[in-house]
Amino acid sequence: MENNKNLRLLTGNEAIARAAYESGVTVATAYPGTPSTEILENVSRYSQIYCQWSVNEKVSLEVASGASIAGARALVAMKHVGLNVAADPFMTLSYTGVTGGLVIISADDPGMHSSQNEQDNRFYARFAKVPMLEPSDSQEALDMVKDAFEISEKFDTPVLVRTTTRISHSRSMVMTGSRQDKKPKDYVKNSCKYVMIPAYGRERHLAVLDRWEKLKELCEQGYYHLLHTPQSSKAVKDIGIITSGVSYQYAREVFDNVPVLKLNMTNPVCSNIISEFSRDKRLVIVIEELEPFLEEHIRLLNLKVELAGKQFFPAYGELGISALEKVYCQLFGTASGKAADNNKVSGEKIIEDTQRIESFKGYTAKKLRQDEILAGLPPRPPVLCAGCPHRSVFHVLKKLKTAVMGDIGCYTLSVLPPLNSLDSCLCMGAGVGQALGMEKANKDFKGRVVAVIGDSTFFHSGITATIDNAYNNGTNVIIVLDNGTTAMTGQQDHPGTGRTLMSNTSVQLKPEDFAKAAGIKNIRVVDPSDMKTLKKVFEEELNRDELSFVVCRRPCVLIEKPKIISKVYIDQNICKECGLCLKFGCPAIEFKDSRYSINSVLCTGCNVCADICKFKAIIKKK
Amino acid sequence: MVKNDNNNNNYKKNVTIIAQKGADYARKWEISLKNGEILSVLFTGVGGQGIILATTVLAHAAINAGFDVKVSEVHGMAQRGGSVEGSVRIGKKVYSPTINKADFIVALEQLEALRYIQKLAFEGFILVNEYKIYPASASVKESNYPSDVAEMICSFTKNYYFIKTVETAKKLGNLKVSNMIMTGALSEFLPFSSRCWIEALKDNVPEKAVNVNIDAFNTGRGFAKN
Repeated sequence: MENNKNLRLLTGNEAIARAAYESGVTVATAYPGTPSTEILENVSRYSQIYCQWSVNEKVSLEVASGASIAGARALVAMKHVGLNVAADPFMTLSYTGVTGGLVIISADDPGMHSSQNEQDNRFYARFAKVPMLEPSDSQEALDMVKDAFEISEKFDTPVLVRTTTRISHSRSMVMTGSRQDKKPKDYVKNSCKYVMIPAYGRERHLAVLDRWEKLKELCEQGYYHLLHTPQSSKAVKDIGIITSGVSYQYAREVFDNVPVLKLNMTNPVCSNIISEFSRDKRLVIVIEELEPFLEEHIRLLNLKVELAGKQFFPAYGELGISALEKVYCQLFGTASGKAADNNKVSGEKIIEDTQRIESFKGYTAKKLRQDEILAGLPPRPPVLCAGCPHRSVFHVLKKLKTAVMGDIGCYTLSVLPPLNSLDSCLCMGAGVGQALGMEKANKDFKGRVVAVIGDSTFFHSGITATIDNAYNNGTNVIIVLDNGTTAMTGQQDHPGTGRTLMSNTSVQLKPEDFAKAAGIKNIRVVDPSDMKTLKKVFEEELNRDELSFVVCRRPCVLIEKPKIISKVYIDQNICKECGLCLKFGCPAIEFKDSRYSINSVLCTGCNVCADICKFKAIIKKK
Repeated sequence: MVKNDNNNNNYKKNVTIIAQKGADYARKWEISLKNGEILSVLFTGVGGQGIILATTVLAHAAINAGFDVKVSEVHGMAQRGGSVEGSVRIGKKVYSPTINKADFIVALEQLEALRYIQKLAFEGFILVNEYKIYPASASVKESNYPSDVAEMICSFTKNYYFIKTVETAKKLGNLKVSNMIMTGALSEFLPFSSRCWIEALKDNVPEKAVNVNIDAFNTGRGFAKN
């Protein structure tokens, strides 16, 4: 096993990047977004593939579609909400189809590990009548993406491959292959196919419907589903499970005595196979995360079988072994075979599940005491790093008592105590429009509302909103938190960094130049580590009866460690123990053993906190 | 805060006795893995403590021993000093990448040991790095770090082992190797040969850091033996 060089432990994202390589992809694009980011980062290791960070998902899909029209295979990766941004080209791409194979990866985030919602993107496939494949481990991620390119070219359609966080970020064994060299097809101008004026669009819509019928035949074929029939003595025959993606893995582990039908293609859904599978069953359980996507389809088939799905499983969050074990207990009145044998489900679990807890009073008392301990634990949410240049901006805004219309990025963390900033966070770029809406709705917000947006998100979708704000005579303050990187997803380049994903130098754009072009007169650039100036600038710009644009520029501490002049310490003789320094929210400032102190390991020496203490107890080391 | 119950001995007295259990666990799991059972190990700690490397080394040690593995971890938000977990599942054939109950928990920080302790299986074993990292929320005084965190851990299970890695790591000249000291201690509880582990280390640690990580691993292995 260990000697086989082609057998590797890969994340789903690494496997997808490998599939792009093996499929002969020429162009790959993305905008970074958890849990999809590592796909393009890994693609960039293959020198045969041109790859790029685009400014947003819409453009990334458009670039990939251009590559497809030119005859080459193209891959585009995004997180689930990214497909909202790319929905405009996506919906019509279904009409135009492709020349070179075009595969779109949608990495969904059930449980919202790092997202603002947990929308179920399987509905996009149904919406656009585009085929969709759902891998259940890294090997399938590789195999299915390769197959998606074949489907794309054969059926003249973009193909959606949907992963979830547990597929993208779990590692399992993958057998890799070699690269298939795909020479781009010759370009033939085809206006009827690619120019979507109404007359041509009507023709293409018919082509979509025709393609849909062919895809419905395709999904019934053997490769697109997998039937597991257990052979053990405990195996049941009158119950069946239909599932897909990571839920399949949970089903196989818990329901080891139940036949399982796994769908590899979940759009279209293989109605005949499902009817056949259900024929001799009393009960069919549909196991899927989030929406009842498969369940609704199967209900419409009107099968003569009892169907259970969302009545057993929640329509939110992730599933897991324990969620399935509860259902197993309900069905079979005992823990699942394997779990019971292994003691994996302790006595406690079964008691809880069958609600016989009252008869175990001694046990209950101990359990309650333990619950009390666990409920009292201090949480450990993610925080802005020690030395983060964003912190002082929110500290000042808090003092100025403005409404802060936010955006997606590290700075979203400023909503948590002690900074308690942000009045909203909707999607990338939203704050700039929302700030304008606030002041138009209520004059009291004049001079009391700001929009904060990152540098990467400004390029993503802040520019159009800035133009809108300027055009409609906004008088708020747009603040760009320019830390020179896409920090939250792990320091990716963007148009402001002057470098591309393939490490080439490029033009380096500045947000303030866009503000100037939008006709904004009041443009300021400040270093947020100078908190006095920062406060003065914010006050001046808030008091203006015109739109202002303030760029707070200082590199992310993770890309550029400050040249440490001196770390700080708290002089215990001066400290009045007022606790004001803790309100700054820097993880390096601690209250430990009944005194305030600076953790010298965490402190980056930014010295910004020295200005916080009224009594000058925070002292710079010489 | 809730006090520890009186039946629980001071956890420090137990350390030596419990450490001898390592070999028993390894023998038990050698048979269980052969019988097709799945072994689940949960690593917990704080972003930046090296959990991903620890899961990677364990996974490759298991692969080197001829097993199927699945590893699960969470990226993104969790990297900003938040609570972090990673899990490794090992067996002849592994399905779910995520765990329900952990047969072993390796906690790189005490509060994070307590936070995940209900994940410990009925007869599971927890290895705890005797080290505290104060969360920002504890700094804000809204909810203080429990002073008797170690005793709280002991009120949940009798199967624990506390290791002071920081002093050892300092001696080795690299504070970051606490994760490998803990992994070394874990290795005594698992039925994989020394060769499987060392190969896994060599293949997954950056070349210049291989020696210090092997030293850390061996030191941890030694702790669990004594």
